[in-house]
Amino acid sequence: MKLPSLRDVATEARLLLIGIPVFLWTMIPIYHMFLFAISPKEDAFSGKLWPDHPTLHNFEIVFKQQHYFLRDFYVQFWNSTLIAAAVGVLTLFIATAAAFSISRLKVPGGRMVLNLALFTYFIPAAFLAVPMYRTMGNYGLLNNHWSLILAMVTIASPYAIWVLKQASDKLPVELDEAAVMDGATTLQIFRLVYLPLMMPSLVAIGTYAVLLAWNEYLYAFLLLSNDREITLPVALGNFLAADDSPWELLMTTGFIYALPPAAVYYAFRRYMVGGLTAGAVKS
Amino acid sequence: MAITLSGDQALPGPPLSSRLTPAQVWGIILLAPYLLVFLAFVVYPVCYGLWLARDPANYVALYNDPIFARAAVNTLIFLVIGINIKMLIALFLSGFFAMQRTWIKWLSVIFILPWAVPSIPTILSVRFMFNPEWGVINHLIFSFTGDDGPNWLNDPAVALSMAIGVHIWKSLPFWTLILITGRLAISHDLFEAAEVDGASWWQKFRFITWPSMQTLYVTCTLLSMIWTLGDFNSVYLLTGGGPADLTHVLATLGIRYLRLDQLSLAMASIVCAMPFVLPLVYFMMKRLSR
Repeated sequence: MKLPSLRDVATEARLLLIGIPVFLWTMIPIYHMFLFAISPKEDAFSGKLWPDHPTLHNFEIVFKQQHYFLRDFYVQFWNSTLIAAAVGVLTLFIATAAAFSISRLKVPGGRMVLNLALFTYFIPAAFLAVPMYRTMGNYGLLNNHWSLILAMVTIASPYAIWVLKQASDKLPVELDEAAVMDGATTLQIFRLVYLPLMMPSLVAIGTYAVLLAWNEYLYAFLLLSNDREITLPVALGNFLAADDSPWELLMTTGFIYALPPAAVYYAFRRYMVGGLTAGAVKS
Repeated sequence: MAITLSGDQALPGPPLSSRLTPAQVWGIILLAPYLLVFLAFVVYPVCYGLWLARDPANYVALYNDPIFARAAVNTLIFLVIGINIKMLIALFLSGFFAMQRTWIKWLSVIFILPWAVPSIPTILSVRFMFNPEWGVINHLIFSFTGDDGPNWLNDPAVALSMAIGVHIWKSLPFWTLILITGRLAISHDLFEAAEVDGASWWQKFRFITWPSMQTLYVTCTLLSMIWTLGDFNSVYLLTGGGPADLTHVLATLGIRYLRLDQLSLAMASIVCAMPFVLPLVYFMMKRLSR
């Protein structure tokens, strides 16, 4: 075995010259958050790169709700979970039904509905937020979890329908025809042929909708305001209201809040990358 | 394809359903939930919003509001400069991450983190990093130079650049990922042939990579521009629109008017953006629904 040539070393060094800045750029904000979470207040505010006395005390305060800003931590965590789960289930139901109808049943006008959905997908969410806020007021849903759930379903389903429609177009027509020959009803085809074959895309879309709802800040902060109704990100934003905010607790709570989506993302990464990037931009 | 189910499932009923096959009846039933959501939470809000913004006096008020003009300029800077920088970096990094190295594979797993974690805690983390009194950046500047660091977020130009930076930090992994899939779709034979012919790195990019990726690249850039118009978090959570409302973009300005109870102004500011948004949306729909 020969030693690596000078040229190989130079190539590797140049790659490292890109890789190291990319690593630092990616990790610094996350490391900074982690650093705060394990630092006592004095260390956090003195700009140290590693605390003199790393501690899990902040987590204890959060989990025991021992601070004014944290007194509804569990309720808010539960709100976030419940809303994310509801958005995931509802989006999957609405989008799968619509995609099956448009792609497999060729419902008249399906093409137009798909284009309308695609159009909604392109309306910047912050623009729709203003009229959505008033609409929820008119429907009497403000400060009700349903307002946020329905708003997030509205935002998540166009993309969901679009990706699922693309995926179902790839399933062979012969499957449906064979099932019809065997005397299957439309609902049986949907349940016994369509759903099992669509599983990978459904996992991707379900994950997408759940993460979208869990991560949403703007709509949550407009539509919910009562301390026991809000979700975790709104509670994090409320920390900023005070001048002497306990930043080490804010970062600890933020760290806890960031863990579930990161875990879900990495657990379903295989599905996410396959299912979402294929649909995100069709070249 | 039209699925025609045999007669024994035909629903007896009104004349309408007799003209439709049972499969089409099911099609309409299954499409109904989305149509209801669409009518109640897209059509109604949009029409209601446009109705609120009907008074021309709103547009005069916007025209006279210096914050609106500033927000419009900021939005343009955000889109034209910020997005292009982001997409160029993504294009460059997609080449880097397409390399076959174990450590690059691992780095790409870490690289996706900003996309996988929610933006609120990370943006707030950056915000505190640049806190003039207690932030770690100014502590480091002080310990190295003995001078106080600048009051970062108090300078509108710096604050807006940092908001753009936060936006790039958050969405760069996603676009890089998409461009990597585009790059991996290029046939490897082309590169081998170019290698044999002694093509330089730049020639390979110019004559193989770019021609096969330019459609994807332009699509991604336009899509990113449309979505970035709605990027509320990067500006709001980092600067809150300050100092002195000089770093607002249209996304945060609409919410600012809303919070000041000037709903018709909020809607009018959004309507003003439509002449720029709608052509982009139309173009994107043409591209994606081919």
